[in-house]
Amino acid sequence: MKRKKVQWFWTWVLGSVAMRLILLYFPKNLNLSLRPEVSTPVTSLRRLAEGYWLKQSSLSPYAGSMYHGSPLLLTLLGPLTVTRVEGQPDHLLCSLIFVVADVACAMLICGAGEKLQVAYSSSLQFLGLHNLSEDSELLPSGDIAALVYLWNPFTVVACVGLSTSAIENLMVVLSLYGACSRLAPLAAFGWVMATHMSLYPAILIVPVILLLGYGPDAPPRKLFWRRKNLEVGNSTCSDSYSAEEEKNQLKMANVFSLRPVVLFLFWTLLWSSYVLFLCSIYVQQYGGLRELFRRTYGFILTVQDLSPNIGVLWYFFAEVFDFFRNFFLLVFHGNILLMIAPLALRLNHRPCFLAFVYIAISSMLKSYPSVGDSALYLGLLGLFAYELKDMNFSFFLFSGYVGVSLLSPVMHNLWIWRGTGNANFYFATAITYTCFQIILVVESVSAMLNHDRMLTKLYTAKLQNVKS
Amino acid sequence: MGLLHPKATFPLSLVFLFLFFLMASAEEEFLEELLLKPLPDRKVLAHFHFQNEAPLAAHSFARHHHLFPKSISQLVKKFHIKTMELSFTQGRWNYERWGGFDPISSHNAKPPGVELWAVFDVPQHQVDASWKNLTHSLSGLFCASINFLESSTSYSAPEWAFQSALGSLRYGTLPREAVCTENLTPWLKLLPCRDKAGLSSLMDRPSIYRSFYHSQRLHLAMPTAASNGSKSGIILEQALTVVLQPDNQKAGIDHVSTKIQPSWSLSSIFGRKISGRCVVAKLSNIYLHVERGPVTQLENLQKKTSKIAANDTGPEDYRRNSVFELSVTPERVHTELEKSSSSLYEYSIKDYKDIEQFDLGLTWKHPVVWSSPHAPLFASRFLMGSGNERGAIAISLKSTEVTEGLAAANNVEERCKLQVNVLQIVPWYVKVYYHTLQLLVDERPQVLTDFVERMRVSPSEDKVSPGVMELVLQFPCEMKSAVLSIEFDKGFLHIDEYPPDANQGFDIPSAIISFPDYHAGLQFLDKSQSKSPLLSKLQERSPVLSYTEVLLVPLTTPDFSMPYNVITITCTVFALYFGSLLNVLRRRVGEEERLLKNKEAKKGVFFRRLLTNVSAKLRGRPSESPLPPPSSSSLFVNSKLIFRVLIVAGIAVAWQYYSQ
Repeated sequence: MKRKKVQWFWTWVLGSVAMRLILLYFPKNLNLSLRPEVSTPVTSLRRLAEGYWLKQSSLSPYAGSMYHGSPLLLTLLGPLTVTRVEGQPDHLLCSLIFVVADVACAMLICGAGEKLQVAYSSSLQFLGLHNLSEDSELLPSGDIAALVYLWNPFTVVACVGLSTSAIENLMVVLSLYGACSRLAPLAAFGWVMATHMSLYPAILIVPVILLLGYGPDAPPRKLFWRRKNLEVGNSTCSDSYSAEEEKNQLKMANVFSLRPVVLFLFWTLLWSSYVLFLCSIYVQQYGGLRELFRRTYGFILTVQDLSPNIGVLWYFFAEVFDFFRNFFLLVFHGNILLMIAPLALRLNHRPCFLAFVYIAISSMLKSYPSVGDSALYLGLLGLFAYELKDMNFSFFLFSGYVGVSLLSPVMHNLWIWRGTGNANFYFATAITYTCFQIILVVESVSAMLNHDRMLTKLYTAKLQNVKS
Repeated sequence: MGLLHPKATFPLSLVFLFLFFLMASAEEEFLEELLLKPLPDRKVLAHFHFQNEAPLAAHSFARHHHLFPKSISQLVKKFHIKTMELSFTQGRWNYERWGGFDPISSHNAKPPGVELWAVFDVPQHQVDASWKNLTHSLSGLFCASINFLESSTSYSAPEWAFQSALGSLRYGTLPREAVCTENLTPWLKLLPCRDKAGLSSLMDRPSIYRSFYHSQRLHLAMPTAASNGSKSGIILEQALTVVLQPDNQKAGIDHVSTKIQPSWSLSSIFGRKISGRCVVAKLSNIYLHVERGPVTQLENLQKKTSKIAANDTGPEDYRRNSVFELSVTPERVHTELEKSSSSLYEYSIKDYKDIEQFDLGLTWKHPVVWSSPHAPLFASRFLMGSGNERGAIAISLKSTEVTEGLAAANNVEERCKLQVNVLQIVPWYVKVYYHTLQLLVDERPQVLTDFVERMRVSPSEDKVSPGVMELVLQFPCEMKSAVLSIEFDKGFLHIDEYPPDANQGFDIPSAIISFPDYHAGLQFLDKSQSKSPLLSKLQERSPVLSYTEVLLVPLTTPDFSMPYNVITITCTVFALYFGSLLNVLRRRVGEEERLLKNKEAKKGVFFRRLLTNVSAKLRGRPSESPLPPPSSSSLFVNSKLIFRVLIVAGIAVAWQYYSQ
């Protein structure tokens, strides 16, 4: 079956690359690399360059509370921060790497989307909802997601602003792609690297395992069971061969296959010990792995840097009384963890969507959020364009995102540069942004559950038709 | 002793007399000196110098000191101080006008506020503890907030750019510290005569604190004996440097128009005269230092007026010449080795009695313009950038006549180099990106490695330690200007970390620029037959050192009145997230609702069923479910309810029990 592409797909992709390249040549990257929305203490390339400089002058790259990223990223990008090409912008090579990472990320999203779509429409076919499956095939969601990711202003800004979140996003998507196409080593690699770089993707282990165990997103499992019951009842009148085949398919859809999961866990162990080994070599004379974890994960978890960003935690921890600090650190990180189980229970038949929700939640509640994180979940949102087409408040959300992304720099300018506003102005936009993200997550989950309900309803109606 | 009964005093006084002889044999001595110097910009520098020496008793039972302040000796003994210097300064030394190449400026020009450094004679790991205790002791001794230097964010351990002390040196400054008379009083208490007699009686508080610059300094040193390397004693040096503007109105002439330097006398600048020496002082001298400029002009004038200067001498000639006139004839005149250079007029106030008071006056007769010798490079530091997010610190070094002369002199020889040491300490909330260090020489960007001989960076750690950068730069002598610049991000602090006046900004302490190849020192003809410590200080070859300006960095502030609002609003948002997401996840609509209804219909609740029946009967309609509810199920529900209540009660009881 030849799949339909979005018209001019490759033209759009090339167009986005060209736009990034043009933006790179603006003087000083349009100052994007210094924007608080783009470069957080964890993702800033400037801090990475400082870490590399410290390393070159035989100090620990983590000395001086500047660099908090991974040593592997430092070895990859560090040398590129000091190489200058004559007559070209300062960080050209790094920027090119980020452009490549963005494109690769989009291609992986596209690939994962195609896999998801094939699986989804075949499972709809299997349930006998043929018109729905045709509907879903009309919308090439993988291509849409890829283009949304590439043309999202957030992604462009993060890429041109030299934020390392492009590479973190690539690793997350790599892991999802690997899980969708049941490549356990790839999924394990992506997950290990993403966790190593920014810690929060660790919670993606749940959707990745579900993906490997149950296969890509499908309608609720209950429907397949009902169909099975129906099959058993009707087996006498249907063709025996086709019944046998469909039973196999049923097995595929419903049985948690342990083999890829075990393989995934094995590869995870392998990759993580490999990464830890490399890191321990790197930080050997600077305090070892313990120091590394303190400087990277510890820095993320304890929210030491209070410089403003688009999240709310910086202002909260700048204002909260010191003796409550630890309590609120626990509460806020607990908020991310608390939602893992309920979501996993309710959405276990849609692991990819589950991964999207996890990514959205963690990028909303993480200690140093940046637009690069938002770009990833907004891109992934495109994968579920068909299922979420009935989402509430989508126009409201869109205008909210546009409004906040226009107002936030203005408020920042008023507060920091002009001194006419104060911190509350900027904090208000951050609160609004968080609220919009919350609405997005809640509404998308609700729309997905409604979609499932719709499927169930249709299916039961169909069954009753068949019975009667 | 005065309180004791006269009869009891006699044997006691004998004992004291005995003790006094003991002490005298151990040679505690006190010397007081005052240096006066007219400055090119119509001001007068007064530099009080007190030296107190005590032998370090080898047998430490000798706790008594005759002259030496006991508190200081206890300090030295307790914290094992090798060297220490504490200075309280207000105002900034003007290197351009008041000179930067003479011993006074390189020793006594200090950064504003408090500067403290100390070298300890303890093992490495105890140095920090000693430092902390020392800051607290000094804080109590001098009524200043030196204890703020206790926190590790405010002091650092420069390794070689300041002084090389092999890791046992600690250096800290408090640029914001306000210096006032409550700091001077305890400082004066360390002197044997306080300010009751001797030179220190000149220290009239209003005139000192009206000055353009004043710096009170306390220097402790433990010189090691050359023979066995053990410490021979404690030398306590106290110096007060004041730059004063002589009162013009008193003279009655508008000096600005006549271009004649204002005339002054001790009584006009301090409002007091010296009524006598401090009796315990071994030496009590006043010096008048006239710089090279006026002396050269004087010689030129004398040549012009064809006065025979061949057999000058004669103190009277010194007292009265065509340029200026002194009110008192100097006892001795020291001139520098080189021809036509500065001269020093010495007065001793040994002979003055209570009735006649000593008052030295200087009256200018001829307009003289000169400039003080400058350091090889004139250093200044400034901030670049706007806004409260980031900025850059720039240290600019401009060549002065010294280097220009050098470049001219050394043209023939191989390339001459000028070594400059830079010590830059930044507090942690100024987050410096060391990789952005740039060097502009003669306004052209240069590769750093061509000029940097040595570099040591210890980056700042958030809330733990300040950042220290030590640089050794080698510049060619013909260089006109150099600018070192380094970028930084401004940190954002917790509201508790801001000082009460947060919007005033934060201070970056002065950078120290030193020129180790250059030595400030005056060479006088008569190689010190006098035992004056001030003279020997002036002749000592010390490296030229200058401090840059203190920078004021405005930092962004959060809203200090909002903690409760921020906490409640943020928590509300989090609650919104948690609640609405959970609500969505457990919401049941459509078929699930029906399912629920079915279940309800199956199980049913007895009371509700009863209620609906009753209401139906009341309305006079037949009930929907004519079947009576099975009693077993209602019993089951009841037992379940009872079970739940019991569980809750049990938990409550257990909680009560364990929480007590």
